[in-house]
This record gives sequence, C-alpha cells and structure tokens, in this order.
Amino acid sequence: MDQKDFLFQAMIYLAAAVVMVPVAKKLGLGSVLGYLLAGIVIGPAFLGFIGQEGQDLMHFAEFGVVMMLFLIGLELEPELLWKLRKPILGLGGSQVVLTTAVVTMIAMLFGFAWQPALAIGMIVSLSSTAIVLQTLNEKGLMKLAAGQSSFSVLLFQDVAVIPMLALFPLLATYVPPEVADAEHHTKTLVDGLPGWGHTLVVLGSVGIIILAGRYLIKPLFRIVARTRLRELFTASALLLIVGTAVLMTQVGLSPALGTFLAGVVLANSEYKHELESDIEPFKGLFLGLFFIAVGASIDFALILQQPLTVFSLVALLIIVKGLVLYLLGKIFKLGTDQNLIFSFALSQVGEFAFVLFSYSLTEGILPKPTIDIMIAVVAISMGLTPLLMVLNERYVQPRIGSCTEVPVDKLPDNIDEKNPVIIAGFGNFGSTVGRFLRAHKIGTTILDIDSDRVDLLRKMGFKVYYGDASRYDLLVSAGADTAKLIIITLEPPDKRLEMIETIKKHFPNLRMLVRAQNRFDAYDLMNAGMLHVYRETIDTSVRMGVDVMKLLGYRAYTAQRAARTFLKIDEKNLRKLSAIRDPDQYILAAKEKIEELEQIIQAERGDLILQEDGAWDEESLIAEMQENGVRLLTSSAPEPGSQENGS
Amino acid sequence: MARVLILFAHPAFEKSRVHKAMVKQVLKVEGITFHDLYESYPDFDIDLDREQELLLQHDVIVFQHPFYWYSCPAILKQWEDLVLEHGWAYGRGGTKLSGKILFNAITAGGREEIYQESGYNRFTIKQLLVPFEQTAQLCKMIYLPPFVIHDTHRMNPSSIELGALRYKQVIEDFKNDKIIQKDLQNLKYLNEIIPAPSELKN
Repeated sequence: MDQKDFLFQAMIYLAAAVVMVPVAKKLGLGSVLGYLLAGIVIGPAFLGFIGQEGQDLMHFAEFGVVMMLFLIGLELEPELLWKLRKPILGLGGSQVVLTTAVVTMIAMLFGFAWQPALAIGMIVSLSSTAIVLQTLNEKGLMKLAAGQSSFSVLLFQDVAVIPMLALFPLLATYVPPEVADAEHHTKTLVDGLPGWGHTLVVLGSVGIIILAGRYLIKPLFRIVARTRLRELFTASALLLIVGTAVLMTQVGLSPALGTFLAGVVLANSEYKHELESDIEPFKGLFLGLFFIAVGASIDFALILQQPLTVFSLVALLIIVKGLVLYLLGKIFKLGTDQNLIFSFALSQVGEFAFVLFSYSLTEGILPKPTIDIMIAVVAISMGLTPLLMVLNERYVQPRIGSCTEVPVDKLPDNIDEKNPVIIAGFGNFGSTVGRFLRAHKIGTTILDIDSDRVDLLRKMGFKVYYGDASRYDLLVSAGADTAKLIIITLEPPDKRLEMIETIKKHFPNLRMLVRAQNRFDAYDLMNAGMLHVYRETIDTSVRMGVDVMKLLGYRAYTAQRAARTFLKIDEKNLRKLSAIRDPDQYILAAKEKIEELEQIIQAERGDLILQEDGAWDEESLIAEMQENGVRLLTSSAPEPGSQENGS
Repeated sequence: MARVLILFAHPAFEKSRVHKAMVKQVLKVEGITFHDLYESYPDFDIDLDREQELLLQHDVIVFQHPFYWYSCPAILKQWEDLVLEHGWAYGRGGTKLSGKILFNAITAGGREEIYQESGYNRFTIKQLLVPFEQTAQLCKMIYLPPFVIHDTHRMNPSSIELGALRYKQVIEDFKNDKIIQKDLQNLKYLNEIIPAPSELKN
C-alpha cells in the first residue's frame, strides 16, 4: 500500500467514524455500535471502500484490545486482583467449561463428530473483551457487580485461549489441505523446546515483566520524564506495551495477558495517570478501527444466500450462551438486574473466534463452508451486543425494577481519592499551600511535572501524581469533576491560562485560585475572569516593609495597619487597571498608573498612607475641647477611652 | 417597618451551640441585616466607611455576642473604637445615630441568680452592661434592656431551640414595629416581652 493509498484509506476510516459514531451516540446506541455501522457502510456490502483487507485490518486493530487490557491492569492494583480471584477462577472457569460442553453437544446434534464439535464449543465459549468492556465502560457499569463479573469472566477467557491453541492440533480429523508448516501461526522462540522448557520460558517471561515493572520501568520513566518532552513519554509508554506484546507472542502467550500484567505491576506507580492519559487515545482509535473492521467483515452476500441458517444460528448461540451465563449468575448470587446485564453483555462470540476459526481450518478440524458461516454468525453476534444491551436497558430492566445504581464497595475506583482540593504545581508556592492544608487535614490531590519532586514527595507520604496538569484527561483522572477547588500554581504563565480555559470549559463548577507572578501576570489572569488571584511577592514584600518600620521604632500595630491599608489600595488599583481590556488603552492607563505611582510615592514621603488611617484620631476631639474649655468636661461624660490615652 | 441590623461577634462560632441556634432562627426573619464581624474582618481591619453606612441604613442596632469577661468579644470593642467617630457619632456634629435603638443580645454561662448583689458575680447583667448603655447615651441612641440566654453550658437542645425561637420573636417584633419603647425601659430583660417558651412551642 503506497502512501497516497494509505492516506486515502485513513481518510475513509476516520470520516466513517466521525460521521457514524456521533449519530449512534445521539440515538443512544453507544460508540461501539457506531463504529460497527461505520464499518458496514464502508464495507463491501455498501460503499465497498474496504474489501478483503478487512480481515487483516482486524488482526492489526486487535492491538487496541491489548492496550485496553494494559489500561485495565493499571486500574487494578495487585491486592484487588487477588480479591477478584474467586470470580475469575470460579465464575470464569465454569462459564468456559459449561458453555463449551453445551455447545459441543448441540454441534454433535447437528451431525459433527466430537472433535470439530468440541472446537466449535470452545470457540463459542469465548466472548468479546473489546465490545463488552467498551460498552460497559461507556454505560458506567464497570463498577457494578455485573461489570466486575463480566471482567472476571473475560480475564479467564483470555487465559483459556492459550490451552485451547495447544489443544487444537489434537482435534484434527483430516489432513489439512496445505500442510506446509503445521505451526505457522505460532512460530515462536519456544518451538522445539520440550514441555518443561516451554513452561519455564513462560514463567520466566512473566517474571521478567514483574521484575522489569518494579525495578526497570520506573527509573526509566523518571529519566524520560526529566527530559520534559511529552512525546517522548508517550513513545516510552507505547514501547512498553509493544515490547511486552512482542515478548508474549515470542513465548506463545496472549499479548493482551502480558500487557494486562504489566499494567497491574505499574498500577501503584506515580506514572499511573500519565500512562493512562497517554495510552487512552491510542486505545480508543485502535478499538474503533477494530470495530470498523468487524463491521466491514460481515459477509452480507453469504447472509443473503442463507439468511435463515445464519440468523437462526445467531439466535441459538446468543440464547444458549445467555442462558448459561444467567444460570451461573444465579449460582454466583448476582441480583436479577445485574445478572441480566451480565448475561446480555457476554452473550456474543468474541474476536478470538476469527483467529481460532482460521486456525482450525489450517489444522484440519473444520471444513471451509462451516467456517464461513460461523464467521458471519460471530460478526453478527458481536454487532448485536450493543443493541441487546440497549434493549435490556430500555425494555427488560424497567420491568424488573432495576437498581443499577448500587455500586459494589470493594471494587477499584477510577482514582483512589476524592479530595476536595487539587493542587496543580507543587513548587515553592504550591507546596506551602499544600503543607498548610495538610496540617489541617484537608485532602489534596497534587499534580506536578517535576519527576524528582514527585518521587521525593511520594516518599514523604504525599499523594502526588506526575503529569502536565493543564491537560483535560489528567484533570479528569485527578477527580476535577468531584473536587471543589483547584489551586493553580504552575510556573509558566501560558500553562496557567491554558489550564484556566480548560477548566472553564469542562469543569464549570470547579473554583479556581491562581498564583500570579507579578502585577502584569495578575492583569492577564483577571482578564481571564479569575476572581482569586494571588501575587506571589506582594504579601512578603509588604511584610518586609512592616519589619523595617518596626526596626526603625514604629509601634508594631501601627506598622501592621499601615501594611493592610497599603495592600488594600494596591489591590484596588490592580482591579481598576485589569478591567481595561483594549491593549492601546491599557498602555495609556499604564502610563497614567506610572504617573499615579509617582504621585503616590511622592505623597508617601509625607506619610500619606499612615495619615489616611484616621482611626483613633483625637485631633477633632481635642479641638472641640479646647474651644469649649471646661464646659465639655462638665456637661458630658468623659469620652470612652480617649482622654486617658491622649497622645 | 423598622430596619434591624444585627452585629454579630463570636470568635469561635463553629463551637457555639446557642449562637448557632439563635443565628439559624434569626436568619429566618426576612428583611433584617445580619452582619458577622469576625467573618467580615478576620484581621480586625474594620472598614469604617462601610460600617458607618450600614448604621445609617438601620433603625435598630443589636449587638449579638457571648458575654465574655462581663463584656463583649474583642472585635466588637474594636468596632466601637473605630466606627463611633467623634464628630459623627458623638461630639460636635455627631448626631448621625441619634434616635436609633441599641441593645445587646447575649449568652451567659452563669445562671440568672448569680448575677445579683448577693450572688457570685456581685452585679446584675444590666449593671455590667453600663459601658454600652453610656455609649448609646453619648451617641444619643435609645438603649434598651438586653436579651439574655443564661446557663448556656447546661442547656439541652430543646431549651436552646426555645431560647433561639424567643430571640427570633423579639427581632421579628422589632422589625414589625410591635414594640412600644416606653414600656421597655423598666424591664429586666427583653425576653419578658415574649411569652414564656413553653407557650411558644405551639
């Protein structure tokens, strides 16, 4: 494919997604269905922009699933994974075994020998990680019991693929048409090793991932972060995932499983949020591409030839899988509403089926006509899932009085804190505020770009995350939609303004307190609509002035009040000037201000600021007394507190 | 309709049970001005112009505060020292407050009996409030007996609530001009103009 061709293809895919996904979302169908529809539209059945390469594209785009599992891993800390061991092994295990058994029997009823029937059973038992997790995430169901159960089952299925691949060669019933290389799908490092060697290599690579995640990746990220080049960090994150995937395929393990493991290892690291926000867009695009490919690969010609066969098979599969899931959900004590979500969500056949079916063709397990029909069935079942979820949500759930809002406590949270305050930038300024708030046990989430500082502060027990705080996605993961206040103390003025715009747009309820470096910086911030602006030098310099006055013999309280008056006047002038937006006028006004400053400075020589404080002034009282002589003293009671303390 | 201004002074409002109840009730009276001095001036940096303007806009001024050391918390004294200027509130040309009503609404830890000559505190509340009375006098204001809630440390939530309701009723009556001043000077406490709390209940 030359470059021109590639760009054209890219344009088609992107255009299809950009048009169809918003439409699907608007109709309340979710993005997955949108992508699928986009694929169908540009596929051979309608516009014909994609032909046979749809299948290859799908293998390529499956990388989105790998990324998704990495992100899921990041959200799951090891302790939580350990807590989930029961549903993974129990629920996941029995789902795979039971579904395989039932489907195998049905296939045998259709006249297949036990070997191909077992192959079909195993393939059908798997569900689509990509579609299920994307749909559940989008509907916000991941934290519910249904979401967690689905996740556990999918995780088990991902592991189960490995023994299935190993088992397939044993199920061959005839010599495959081309016996060029029986192992050509899994040509890996472990070829030719004995069984125990294979096991050793697999365990070794898992060990490598865990050890590298613990001791190699973190310092590596620290070095990369220190360069302050964002794209380099993104590149490292991608390298981490691709590298893990390559290692896993080399030893014959599922790449998705490997990256999941890498994610879990890094779940406790300070780079968690940065990694998340870097990988997220790639994952989204790859998954989108994957769904488009699924949509495009639906063979409408075949469906039109045998519509009855295909659709009754789809119905049969979905019903059988759904019933098995529902039964297991009951046994594992899911509530009816949760169980329905769980059963509907996992009732399709997953993307592994495409791999396994073509594998079973080369291994000589299933004949080509069967596989063609089955692939169409799988694609349709995947396409129907989001639709079934919508149907369940709109028509089934209301009838049983669902209570989907009840979250399950022990489940991992998106971010482990719901602090009322976010501090963006933990330099000298931010850290002082942070320490003050911490002293009063006010929960703060801290975002900082200096990796050394992040490291140090984390060691000291602060909750600090590494990342560019002006980015929307990082703000989301820091809990900007639940926090009350955000303290913006970032060093570069542009970043602060950028951040203000982002927050105004996406988190209108989040109140902002912004640090300003000087007067002019403060003008910009005020013009950006900021009400709480803090010039970093004003209080300190005035405080210094107070000490100078005290050292020169002024009474402390007098100096203190003088400082307050000074600050008040200064603040008033600042606001007046910031209200002027026109740049020309601004310069003019600034000139005026300089003249004014000159006047103020001159006037201050005559103690203007102190004179202005008329409090406790007795001049008028003394004057009145002198004029009236003794009369005042006799006709009126002594003035409270004035004569006694007379100057 | 009289315009009522409550100048509230409590340095640790969040810890006060009785004032919390009083404020909660009194805020239900529509059209009065409630001014929290410690909240407005945490640094005692009282805005003289603003405070004088507020006084000019009201007819009835209430000092609501705990009875610390037989007087008011520090900020209210600071407020008096700064706001009641010579030539404005008293002295030559100082007639701006003339004819306005002033009284204290206070809470005291001690019981009513100990505030008398033979009691532990030797003086009545009214006697101890003489500085306020004379301040009002000098400013040509009408000083009324205080509203007092006694024995605050031993009050249970329902008696606090009744006290607060009684306070609200007093303020409301002032606002609605239901109070005839000449009857008040001889009262011990303003509380007496409102029926006993038990009857307020319904």
